[in-house]
Amino acid sequence: QEPQASGLPEYIKIVEVGPRDGLQNEKVVVPTDTKIELINQLSKTGLPAIEVTSFVSSKWVPQMADHEEVMRGIERHPGVQYPVLTPNLQGFYSAIAAGATEVSVFGAASESFSKMNINCSIEESIERFEEVTKSARNMNIPVRGYVSCALGCPYEGNVVPDKVAEVSKRLYSMGCYEISLGDTIGVGTPGSMKKMLEAVMKEIPLSALAVHCHDTYGQALANILTAMQV
Amino acid sequence: ATGAYPKRVKVVEVGPRDGLQNEKNVVPTPVKINLINMLSETGLQVIEATSFVSPKWVPQMADHTEVMQGINKLPGISYPVLTPNLKGFQAAVAAGAKEVSIFGAASELFTQKNINCSIEESLERFEEVMKAAREASIPVRGYVSCVLGCPYEGKISAAKVAEVSKKLYSMGCYEISLGDTIGVGTPGSMREMLTVVMKEVPVGALAVHCHDTYGQALANILVALQMGVSVVDASVAGLGGCPYARGASGNVATEDLVYMLNGLGIHTGVDLQKLMDTGTFICNALNRKTNSKVSQASCRL
Repeated sequence: QEPQASGLPEYIKIVEVGPRDGLQNEKVVVPTDTKIELINQLSKTGLPAIEVTSFVSSKWVPQMADHEEVMRGIERHPGVQYPVLTPNLQGFYSAIAAGATEVSVFGAASESFSKMNINCSIEESIERFEEVTKSARNMNIPVRGYVSCALGCPYEGNVVPDKVAEVSKRLYSMGCYEISLGDTIGVGTPGSMKKMLEAVMKEIPLSALAVHCHDTYGQALANILTAMQV
Repeated sequence: ATGAYPKRVKVVEVGPRDGLQNEKNVVPTPVKINLINMLSETGLQVIEATSFVSPKWVPQMADHTEVMQGINKLPGISYPVLTPNLKGFQAAVAAGAKEVSIFGAASELFTQKNINCSIEESLERFEEVMKAAREASIPVRGYVSCVLGCPYEGKISAAKVAEVSKKLYSMGCYEISLGDTIGVGTPGSMREMLTVVMKEVPVGALAVHCHDTYGQALANILVALQMGVSVVDASVAGLGGCPYARGASGNVATEDLVYMLNGLGIHTGVDLQKLMDTGTFICNALNRKTNSKVSQASCRL
């Protein structure tokens, strides 16, 4: 992306996470038909990427229990990507069987968050993801990597930028084409965003980075603007 | 570009005036006084107290004299009041005001609808206020509304904003607060507008007053800071809706602004916890939820 005179990119790829990250964190669970309708409507808006669902056990994430039906039920518009979450090899195989052509894996820059969220250490989670990326490579399936708690952790508080860079690098090296850096609890501000990105950019090219900002403290757009200016 | 940010930012608290004026529910005088007194304890250096306009136009500010006389005026804190004309100015000074503000606009239609005269006529009225203020050694702050868009005219030219700002500054206003009255601005239009205005008014005399109607306020403020602006208006709890878009939000919340400035290492002197407590107080009194995301987030902890 060539910067314009304003120093901002000319084009921004927007990755729509509403049907997965959004619905997963809503109190009210929506019926499968509604999810499919949501995604079909989003497909008509021009969005290039829409995260559809999550192939995790319904024991952990009941809102995504209908992952297979949703994946099979949606319209697939040409030029639009429909990635799904796959926490491990089993989820990956189910996703492929249901027709997925892109998957995502979810790491974290905080040990405590990793343990509380997916019940294992960062290192163990990386091993699981390596199984996924290995299979994905064999099938020519692109994998997107997420790093949670990039600007702060609900358990550990402050998160060191170098740790974010380290985890991002592991995901990128194993074959993720893009790393989405998530301010999971929205505590980041333009200052901490800039510092974190500077550390991560030492390990990963800018064009392979995405930001996933939460607006919990109203800082999201200011943080995103900062990321665009970097 | 993303160069240096100012080391210090002066936060101008407009909740008691701009905020309460645009709230559905009217609060009793003692509540207004308590709000201002609580704000005076947070470290804020400027708190816009009330408006000396006719209660026929702005009933929520009908108790302006009582409020002005009832508040604790702490040393080092300024309590400016709005004065649309000479009559309002004289009433304000009689009630103890030591600083006043006048409100211009970069849009003819907005001026007509808002204060029933043309921009030129409004400036003539302000000249009277400026003259009297000069004689009384009272500092005057100038506001320019609709700097990034007008609810009636739509697009507003940066040149017009610069012209009105320059007139107010030349008249003697020590500071010009540029208001995105309907919150339609984005970082691009903010940058463009400031570039033009800064050719006519030194950046040290500029402030931004951003509305969050479209969620753009903090991003717009960030750009203003990057361009050298170091005075930002905000309203505790994000008080004050939008009179032009029912249900929409208005002022940016002071708590959210201070949170961002703290994160950038910019000094404001404001105690965020005390500010949040003040926000909680006034929201309870108004029987409404806060518009501050920081406040909402902090409740869960």
